[in-house]
Amino acid sequence: MTTESDIRLELEGVGLDYGPRRVLDGISLALGAGETLVVAGANGSGKSTLLRLICGLQRPTRGAVRLRAGGQVYRPDQAPWLVGWVAPDLQLYRELSGLENLRFFADVRGLKHTDAQLEALLAEVGLGGRGGDLLAAYSSGMAQRLRYAYALLHAPPLLLLDEPTVTLDERGAALVEQVIARQRRRGITVVATNDPREERYGDYVLRLS
Amino acid sequence: MSDLQHLARAALAIFKKDLRSELRTRYALNAVLLFAVSTVVALSLGMGPITPVRNPDLPLVQAALLWMALLFAAFTGLARAFVQEEEARTAAALRLAAPPIAVYLGKLLFNLALLLLLVLVTTLLFVVLLRVHVADAGLLAALLLAGSLGLVAATTLIAAIIARASAKGALFAVLSFPLLVPLLVTAIRGTASALEGRGWAAGAAPLQVLLAYTLALFVASLFLFNSVWEA
Repeated sequence: MTTESDIRLELEGVGLDYGPRRVLDGISLALGAGETLVVAGANGSGKSTLLRLICGLQRPTRGAVRLRAGGQVYRPDQAPWLVGWVAPDLQLYRELSGLENLRFFADVRGLKHTDAQLEALLAEVGLGGRGGDLLAAYSSGMAQRLRYAYALLHAPPLLLLDEPTVTLDERGAALVEQVIARQRRRGITVVATNDPREERYGDYVLRLS
Repeated sequence: MSDLQHLARAALAIFKKDLRSELRTRYALNAVLLFAVSTVVALSLGMGPITPVRNPDLPLVQAALLWMALLFAAFTGLARAFVQEEEARTAAALRLAAPPIAVYLGKLLFNLALLLLLVLVTTLLFVVLLRVHVADAGLLAALLLAGSLGLVAATTLIAAIIARASAKGALFAVLSFPLLVPLLVTAIRGTASALEGRGWAAGAAPLQVLLAYTLALFVASLFLFNSVWEA
């Protein structure tokens, strides 16, 4: 399969401790463009933490997370344009509308955009015609769809999805499948889930205990 | 788009976002203005107008009261820009999208706008209710502006430091106060000379100190902010 980027994700002996508790230890893997990894495991096994390490929101206690793209090597926090993240932890601005949220994040990312493009993105995630509503007025499923718009805004070559279908209805779950299928052409997807049905998204499954 | 243009655009977007959020929620605005207005009204009711005949050190006392009212009102609101991001858990989305320096500059601009509004309202009320005689309004405005710049330069970084801590309010005041002592002493003495009308020659030294203080704190914050903001 041809992909739009040459992104490569490498984890080398990654581990994380919270005080005396060892949450993650010795995780090594490498993924290339077009590949999807599913991280499975029970609650508290460290799935979400692993995704936070990969997107650069946390630093590992041991080991290294590296992104390779365009002949350069980056730590994830050095290359935010390479990463998109959807997670229950991700909160956007409740006092702004959906469209205002996207406009703001497009501006801080330095993206050239028009309102028509942002509205098209909202329509793509199932929020067509609701961009003017405040996020505070969104249902939990609509807020989850807006998280997808936030993550896809800059077309990142590495997409991290934590509990991707949580709070979504059937059409929302179909949207997730489309996003993952499209991401195969764009780069890498890492999905963290404790739903066994979602393991089918992955080329590989990493089980955490 | 160059890196500098991107930085400026991102900082402006953060400033505008904070301003829009504040105008819709009025968390900081209400707290700051309520504190400032109640302080000045309490002072005017308690002390009444004082005439220079009764107290030759009056300009110094008035300047000290004005800066205390501004300082404590600022303490109630200037940490809000960062604390709100952590409490609403929006900081992660911002960390992943915005360059750290743009976050610092955007929050600095927002705090400056909030503080300048506070200074304007408090000073006008102070002058009217306490019948303060201002001999040199231009110098007073320049000193209030320079003092506000210094106050914002010092407290914005501290607001970022305390945002993830518990007991944020107390910590903000405790960490800010030692850093603000030189600024307050200089601003109070400079403001007193503006009230007395000792002229720009007398006001130049405190103005220079306040601007140098602002520059030093601003540059130090630019270097330190990345380590404070990163995960």
